[in-house]
Formats: sequence, C-alpha cells, structure tokens
Amino acid sequence: MKLRTWGMWIAIVLLTVLPLWFAAAPPAEPGAEAPSMFGGADERAQQAIGSISPTYRPWFAPVFAPASGEIASLLFALQAAIGAGVIGYWLGVSVTRERARKTAHDVSASARDPRAD
Amino acid sequence: MHIMEGFLPPAHALGWAAASLPCLAWGLRSMGRSLQAHPERRMLLGVAAAFAFLLSALKLPSVTGSCSHPTGVGLGALLFGPAAMVPVGFVVLLFQALLLAHGGLTTLGANVFSMAIVGPFVSYGVFRAAAALGLKRSVCVFLAACLGDLATYVTTSAQLALAFPDAVGGFEASFLKFAGIFALTQVPIAISEGLLTVLVVNAMARFNAHELRALPVMALRGREGA
Repeated sequence: MKLRTWGMWIAIVLLTVLPLWFAAAPPAEPGAEAPSMFGGADERAQQAIGSISPTYRPWFAPVFAPASGEIASLLFALQAAIGAGVIGYWLGVSVTRERARKTAHDVSASARDPRAD
Repeated sequence: MHIMEGFLPPAHALGWAAASLPCLAWGLRSMGRSLQAHPERRMLLGVAAAFAFLLSALKLPSVTGSCSHPTGVGLGALLFGPAAMVPVGFVVLLFQALLLAHGGLTTLGANVFSMAIVGPFVSYGVFRAAAALGLKRSVCVFLAACLGDLATYVTTSAQLALAFPDAVGGFEASFLKFAGIFALTQVPIAISEGLLTVLVVNAMARFNAHELRALPVMALRGREGA
C-alpha cells in the first residue's frame, strides 16, 4: 500500500517531467509561425482556427486580461494556492482527528482492563 | 485549455450556453438538497471543489510539445454525483474567464458543457460501469477520472470542429485536427489526473471512511480494498 502510493507519486512526476526532454516541437500551421515550445494548447487551437477559416475574427475580447505573464502566473498561483490550502486543511484535520481517536481508544481500553497499568 | 474568448461564433456560443444553463440549475438544486440532508458532507465537497481549483490551475507540459491542464472534476463526480460538479466547474471557469483571460465569457457555456457537464458525467458513467464489472476501487477511480478528463477535451475539439468545419473535409477533418491538438496533448495529463484522484480517494477512504460509506456512489463499488 505504502509502496504503491510512492509508485503513483513517482509516475505522476515522471509523466510531467519526461515530456520536457522527449516532446517534439509542435508542428506549424501553414501560413503561421511555428508555435512556441510548451505554449498552451489553446494557442495552437487558435492558429488552427486561423488556417481553417482565415477570415474569422474573434468578436469579443476578454473583459480583463492580466497585465503581463507575471501577473497571469500570480493569479494562477493564487488559484492553485486556494485549492491546495483547502486540501491541506482537510488533511491536517483528518490526521489529527485520527490520532485523537486512537488515543481515546487506547485510554478507554486500558481503563477497562484492570491488568493494564 | 478552454475555448478562448470570442472564438466561437455568436450562434454557437448561445447554443452551448442554452444547453449548459438547465444543467447548472439542476446541479445547484441537487447540491443544495444533498448538503441540506447531509451537512457532514460539506467538508468533502469543499475538498472536491478545491481539487478542481488546484488541478485546473496547473498547466503541465505534454508529449505534443504543448501545455494543458487537468480538470479535477472527476473526483467530485464520483463522490457526489455528476450534477454536483456542474456548479463547481462553473465557478472555476468563471474565475479563469474573469481574472485570467483563460477561456472566456462568450465561450463559458461551451466550456461549462465540456468541463463541468461531459467530464463529470463520463467519469460517473465509467465508474459505475467499472464497478459493475467488479474491478477494484482504485482501478475504477483511475479509469473514471482519466477518461472523464479526456472526454472533456474530446468535447472541446468537437465544439471547435462544429464551429469551424474544414472547407474540404468538413467536420471530420476539423475534428481530427483539433483532437490532435487538445486530446492528444491531454493523454499523459489525464493519466496523471487519474493517479492523483486515486491518491485522494485512498486518503478519504482512510480518514473519512464513515462519510465515504454513506455516499451513494462509493457504496456501489464492486470489491472492498484499495
């Protein structure tokens, strides 16, 4: 069980890290610049739309766009931090509760058993 | 990776919004009723929502040389049923559309349809089917989360192909092109999401065994044991 948990974590890390070395550069759309390595898949979809229907123009712009890549990564990090914070809180509560339950169980068991001192 | 702001023609944008809206209303009702009847589920629902928030913020590199992110909605679909994840996915997508210029308000309906409706429902269906076959719980959870994630991006590809059919090959050629971008990129990421979901469900089984057993979906599992 413990071993399998470790195995799963290692698999997740490898699945994330290995593409950094083994991924081929994404193919360029005809008439467009080659997409940047490890750009977003939506960036490539945007280029694909451009090659399928070159006359299409987006008819709505984002109401608020992060001022720079740095600001965008700040907001993405914030989103991840909120999620991770809640999960961390739950794990902390759970571990503590399990420990408290176990202690209470041990105490009541020794109280009932006169031989246990 | 969602459909970008303004990149669906108005008719398509409206159509997908009209398809998603009733599901969102249904999801809110079902979530409210579930929490009213079982207030002790609030904690786990919070964890499921946090999981979706966390995972959809992580843009991971993939074998295609592009980045994409997991969706994280499979976990909640397994615990609370697919309807409960519609409002959760909606909130995540709204956050990203408003603050991150990722996805968009005009494409919100289409993105909700793929990530908050198709994804959770596929996860739920796969889990039920795998559990009916008597597979072990972790295998069921893995398949459900992984295939639900993939289904989201297959749906995104189909939505774009419908809006932008190829001049020669029509919908099919277009779909293959978009699926080559979205779905293929998603394969290793979907596997990661499947594994992560198994890890979280295992932790829940250990720490919240009581609540978990009361959940209708998990009670259906085939065999005991992780």
